[in-house]
Amino acid sequence: MKYFIRTLLGATAVCALASTALAETITIATVNNGDMIRMQGLTDDFTAKTGHEVEWVTLEENVLRQRVTTDITTKGGAFDIMTIGMYETPIWGANGWLVPLDDLSAEYDVDDLLPAMRAGLSKDGTLYAAPFYGESSMIMYRKDLMEKAGLEMPDAPTWQFIREAAKAMTDRDNDINGICLRGKAGWGEGGAFITVTANSFGARWFDENWKAQFDQPEWADALNFYIDMMEESGPAGYATNGFNENLSLFQQGKCGMWIDATVAASFVTNPNDSTVADKVGFALAPNSEGVEKKSNWLWAWALGIPAGTQKEAAAKEFIEWATSKDYIELVAEKEGWANVPPGARTSLYENPNYKDIPFAKMTLDSILAADPNNPTVKPVPYVGIQFVAIPEFAGIATEVSQEFSAAYAGQQTVEEALAKAQALTTDAMEAAGY
Amino acid sequence: MARAVTTQRKSINTLVAWVIALLIFFPILWTILTSFKTEAQAINDPPLFLFFDWTLENYAVVQERSDYMKFLWNSVIIAGGSTILGTIIAIPAAWSMAFVPSKRTKDILLWMLSTKMLPAVGVLYPIYLLFIQLGLLDTRVGLVIVLMLINLPIIVWMLYTYFKEIPGEILEAARMDGASLRDEILYVLTPMAIPGIASTILLNLILAWNEAFWTLNLTAANAAPLTAFIASYSSPEGLFFAKLSAASTMAIAPILILGWFSQKQLVRGLTFGAVK
Repeated sequence: MKYFIRTLLGATAVCALASTALAETITIATVNNGDMIRMQGLTDDFTAKTGHEVEWVTLEENVLRQRVTTDITTKGGAFDIMTIGMYETPIWGANGWLVPLDDLSAEYDVDDLLPAMRAGLSKDGTLYAAPFYGESSMIMYRKDLMEKAGLEMPDAPTWQFIREAAKAMTDRDNDINGICLRGKAGWGEGGAFITVTANSFGARWFDENWKAQFDQPEWADALNFYIDMMEESGPAGYATNGFNENLSLFQQGKCGMWIDATVAASFVTNPNDSTVADKVGFALAPNSEGVEKKSNWLWAWALGIPAGTQKEAAAKEFIEWATSKDYIELVAEKEGWANVPPGARTSLYENPNYKDIPFAKMTLDSILAADPNNPTVKPVPYVGIQFVAIPEFAGIATEVSQEFSAAYAGQQTVEEALAKAQALTTDAMEAAGY
Repeated sequence: MARAVTTQRKSINTLVAWVIALLIFFPILWTILTSFKTEAQAINDPPLFLFFDWTLENYAVVQERSDYMKFLWNSVIIAGGSTILGTIIAIPAAWSMAFVPSKRTKDILLWMLSTKMLPAVGVLYPIYLLFIQLGLLDTRVGLVIVLMLINLPIIVWMLYTYFKEIPGEILEAARMDGASLRDEILYVLTPMAIPGIASTILLNLILAWNEAFWTLNLTAANAAPLTAFIASYSSPEGLFFAKLSAASTMAIAPILILGWFSQKQLVRGLTFGAVK
């Protein structure tokens, strides 16, 4: 018996030593969004479960994108996990820069990931990054102003209804703009918004032969409609407004409607920050009459492992922890169901506790309505709704959105902006060998 | 009468100087004020100037979320190290250019300055690859070297300008008294150029402290200075202006205090020889 106990104690000590020896410190690059900050605050739970420590490198989105791109293309090895989006993941996965996540544990339940998210973060059926949270875009509107205008918001309105409603809700004397939309230059800012708007007018970036399509009437229709509506009912200086500027306006009660990321719903309904928290309704992003595609995008912030990291096993453990069902339960327990990372798992939307959240259903409906493999009315050779998943897109779209913003600001006409967009896109694509 | 005009002119000059100074300082003042507001007050329209519920909550949140002292220490070492190293290299270089000029001295000075005209991002990849090969990525030593090299042209230029103001005859006299080259630079030139050297060091310290391209791109978790600390509070999807302002205030406070106490030396050094 004594011998048995001694052996047992010895084995325990060896196991303890082994687990200490295996404990790693992993470095994670991430963005300063609310859900990521919450994750950082809960890291102790991961450390307690696995023994691994975590070092966080939090950066502004554009800085992060440049930083992780430099590191992964040079195999710098500064990070063990990178927070990346739907745009980078399939491109980097195809280049062999990311570790495939094809051996996640059975209890992780990879089939529970929302199909749209899983597809957007995969290349040729292999998952390269696990979604931490996902989003689409939808309409957030002031129910009181809509009622005052004598209108009722349908669940799936058209752009034509939105324009009329915006006009009716606008009250310049009281500083209320009928509608607030992004106009700021940048492919992820105004560029993303006008791309999905154009999709819902039947436009596309490229035809099947990768020829730029800005010379087609659908783009002119979309841009003219957007500018006319914003002139009638938008805030002054909308050409420089992005997500944060519109969030600020909406929270202060200065917008009748705002069409933007579904994650904004938790901000505008938070009574600590928003003066209109109890007056907000939600609806699907609009489409133009007669066009079946809606103007909602699809995006996920996901966690990927750069190929070549020395700490792949620990990094995978972290990803399994941070994107698991248990993590969602942990956040709900500590911070409430309204603060759990949305848009990643099917089971979240089946959870009765989450169904009570006012924006949960519309967020899911918006995500389900987005199809990155079939984003436009006419056929396209690319994947992606508010972006085109090719490496050249970020540069081209930034320049195109600058031309569009100049048109919103009245510095050039829509025709001039579209002609410049057509020329610069054609040049860039030819130079890239398309 | 003439006296009255002078007084009036003086008053106007003072007033104009104050207005300009306040305009220049206003963004910093606004950042400091915003750091004491709640997030909702930070975006209030019309903006709240002084009458709001002052809170220290943002500082508490920033302290809790980030290891401020680690970032601060990195900034002190990187800015201080690059400045000291740069000054040690630049003093002999500026001495030779000021007192033993060759035919090409002016060209060399211009060439040195021309390296500042290249956008930093143009050499990001080569330097990043070098850092990987040399194991300098995310190290303070690596950043000290890079920031020293970046600021070296400015240090040499400034010191060269100050040294040119010092009569060469004094150095000649020292040499005649048997001073070696080392003694000449250390015991004759350097003490005479102290105001110039001090202002060069101060300016370089400020430049290195605020440098936000290389310090963000060549660091991760270990060597990140206060610029990375600020960047971690900026978000395009969420209104965290009050917290960002608190982080900014904490980041600029040390250099602001240093600048305040050394403003006399800084101004004296920068205007050294300007009215001759």
